[in-house]
Amino acid sequence: MIEHDVVIVGAGLAGMRAALEVCRDLDVALLTKVYPSRSHSGAAQGGIAASLANSEDDSWEEHMFDTVKGGDYLSDQDAVEEYVKSASRVIYELEHMGCVFSRTPDGRIAQRSFGGHSRPRACFSADRTGHAILHALHEQVMKNSRSIKVYSEWFMHSLIIEDGQCRGVVVSDVRTGAVEVIQAKAVVFATGGYGRAFQITTNAFASTADGVLAAFNSGIPLEDAEFVQFHPSGLYRQGILFSEAARGEGGYLLNGLGKRFMEKYAPERMELAPRDIVARAEQSEIDAGRGVNGEDFIHLDLRHLGEARIMERLPQIRQLGIDFISVDCVKEPLPIQPTAHYSMGGIPTDKFGAVVMDAEGTRVNGFFAAGECACVSVHGANRLGTNSLLDAVVFGERAGRSALEYAKSVASPSVNESREKTRVLSQFEEIFQREGSESYNDIRNEMKVVMTAKCGVFRDAESLAQCIEKIKALQVRYKKGKVTDKGRLFNTELYEIIELGNMLKMAEIISTAALARKESRGGHFRSDFPKRNDVDFLHHSLVYPSDGDGLELKTKPVVITRHQPAERTY
Amino acid sequence: MATFRIKRYNPEKQPEAYYEDFDLDIPSGATLLDCINLIKWTKDGSLSYRMSCRSAICGSCGMKANGHALLACQRQASSLLDKDGTVTIEPLGNMKPIKDLVVDFKPFWEKIDRIKPYLQPGEEPPPEKERTQSPEQFRLIDDTSTCIMCGNCYSDCNTLEVDGNFLGPAALAKAQRFVSDSRDQNTHERVRELSKPGGIWDCTHCAECVERCPKPARPFYRIKEIMTVALEEGVHNNNGARHALSFTRSVKASGRLNENQLPVESMGYFNIKGLLELVPVGLRMLLKGKIPPIIHKSIDDVKDVKRIFKDLKQ
Repeated sequence: MIEHDVVIVGAGLAGMRAALEVCRDLDVALLTKVYPSRSHSGAAQGGIAASLANSEDDSWEEHMFDTVKGGDYLSDQDAVEEYVKSASRVIYELEHMGCVFSRTPDGRIAQRSFGGHSRPRACFSADRTGHAILHALHEQVMKNSRSIKVYSEWFMHSLIIEDGQCRGVVVSDVRTGAVEVIQAKAVVFATGGYGRAFQITTNAFASTADGVLAAFNSGIPLEDAEFVQFHPSGLYRQGILFSEAARGEGGYLLNGLGKRFMEKYAPERMELAPRDIVARAEQSEIDAGRGVNGEDFIHLDLRHLGEARIMERLPQIRQLGIDFISVDCVKEPLPIQPTAHYSMGGIPTDKFGAVVMDAEGTRVNGFFAAGECACVSVHGANRLGTNSLLDAVVFGERAGRSALEYAKSVASPSVNESREKTRVLSQFEEIFQREGSESYNDIRNEMKVVMTAKCGVFRDAESLAQCIEKIKALQVRYKKGKVTDKGRLFNTELYEIIELGNMLKMAEIISTAALARKESRGGHFRSDFPKRNDVDFLHHSLVYPSDGDGLELKTKPVVITRHQPAERTY
Repeated sequence: MATFRIKRYNPEKQPEAYYEDFDLDIPSGATLLDCINLIKWTKDGSLSYRMSCRSAICGSCGMKANGHALLACQRQASSLLDKDGTVTIEPLGNMKPIKDLVVDFKPFWEKIDRIKPYLQPGEEPPPEKERTQSPEQFRLIDDTSTCIMCGNCYSDCNTLEVDGNFLGPAALAKAQRFVSDSRDQNTHERVRELSKPGGIWDCTHCAECVERCPKPARPFYRIKEIMTVALEEGVHNNNGARHALSFTRSVKASGRLNENQLPVESMGYFNIKGLLELVPVGLRMLLKGKIPPIIHKSIDDVKDVKRIFKDLKQ
């Protein structure tokens, strides 16, 4: 059995920031199913928000209001307040660590405009901000290698919780297939999102709900799962991300008639309205037959920015267009469509990063979560661009500190190693023994298609019921899949099968929560209930596992402090 | 119909690697990664490789296509086919294969670790806000900071193929990230370390890494930048720096290379052991009639060369 004081699962921004906190006093295992530098945080492009006021006046109060309004008043405002107040400090700390930022002429961190933010507060490193921060944190992790042991290419299978106390995780080494138990006094999850459940998504192949499902399988509810953000600028058909920074720098959205259609949907903020509004506007244009050439895409036009500006501020986007579709955005507009991007929901935590079980905020001893896998909730029903990197850093630090304090206060818990290992080994065996003829590829594709079509930008009771029915049928077929690789060595097929199982469950949870929320708020839009309904639905949702394979829905109140819910227009 | 000739290796089943052909209709607009995924998901689930972001930022899907390293997600598959409609896919080079297209990155990361890959800002506590850095200073580390650690440069590095001790292009590009960072206070110590055997002067200037880099990081250019800083910092007491300086002196003085002087000056006049090591090479050259003329002559237009040097200095 492997023993550490604290084990952190996931080595993106939140996980590494947490590790740097824990390693001040204790020994920490940092586990990732890829390598730290391959984490999906690195794909974030446009920026990280903070009211530094480096290019015009700004304040945390304005950042807070923008965040709460952007989240359609579902954010917990006590958490938002502490979050935006921490922003400047954590960004200065990243800068001190060595993070590379674009600069103003007088050498301060440059800031630009972003959707839903009333001030230019996105600090950035050209159009690779996530990458810059990820590598800066990775550098610090390498510097602290004496107290942080990195387990690259290890997969986390399950969480060990006994008598209300978290005791470690069951993991396996992808390279050898060996199953191990890591015993720890505290566990931090920073496992990211689950966008791979959708056909069109910006998410990496690794974003497959392993963390949230491991928590769920331990009896922990998932909060606000129905709120999935669709990003307005995904590359047509592929879904990969073209940063919102393209619009922040002044890019236009054009429909098939060559018209800037946002004036119809958000006359004041135009292309810089929050993502939920822009994504719905795009989909409405496409659905009305006003896509380009009548097809399912619209245009992102950057030509008027000029080559020099594009090369200085958006070089990666230009290269992506050239490499992936042979379109140079200096000369031609880019074809884009809405794409599943971010999960506002996740493992419920308090504002200190401690996982909570219920509406009363009862903590699970020794279990913490941060980043996209967690739901604090600061983003409410819709996250503003550049607020996620900030979330990962602020709550990564907080979860790390909470885990550190907790771990220092308790003795090593006991773990029944053989029982825990046997559970995972028998899961492997069960998969290897499947004699079915179903193709996992078909099952995965059908899940992704139905989630995008029936549980996407627009949803209604009928589409969601169809979606749930289809997902349940796929779950049955999943048990009869055909396995080709039964070896131990770097068996990526085995891990893809396990990930698919997790995503099928997650898809059911998302669509079930979406069916229950009979209103439209932020990223969740019900065509049959197109208005926000604060009387019946101003609450978070909690989905619990119930007997057998069932789901049980509960609610949790929203914390409202400074800003009473108001009409949301841009 | 295209043929993907993939190098397969699974030591659990048989010790030798072999090639297997997969025929596939390439869907319109499909990247190489899309095609390899289709092969795995519809033809042979046991095919192993790494991949994640599919947008050329995570650096997972490095592999060789037709002998050269690339990111599978970044290239249209159809552009890689030869006349017969075949593309040959192999694992990255200079690293030990584990299974199929998966190689062991351990030595790669150990070398990154060796260059102290983190900012060393000195003892002084940081300011309350950010350290300032001008846009010009930012530009010195802009390209190097785009590196995604994919290992493509490491795979195709010609020096690494014969010298496993060479730090390699990725680690050296990462080193330039700190050597040229206005916030780092350890420049001199860094270039001193990087001038040792295995460091910058062991690069053979083939620039293969520039060709293979999927980002603007382009390691060889970064290596040249470290060399410049090392010479500016007066770190001359090594064969590489002496070689570069001797080379420059000779060309500046005569417009051509003094090939008799160069090896001696590179070793250093007081480096008796090093000079003795040159003797057998010299003797072999003598026997084969390859010794350059003993009397070194200038080229006719040496004035022009001197003018170029003068202009460059300004």
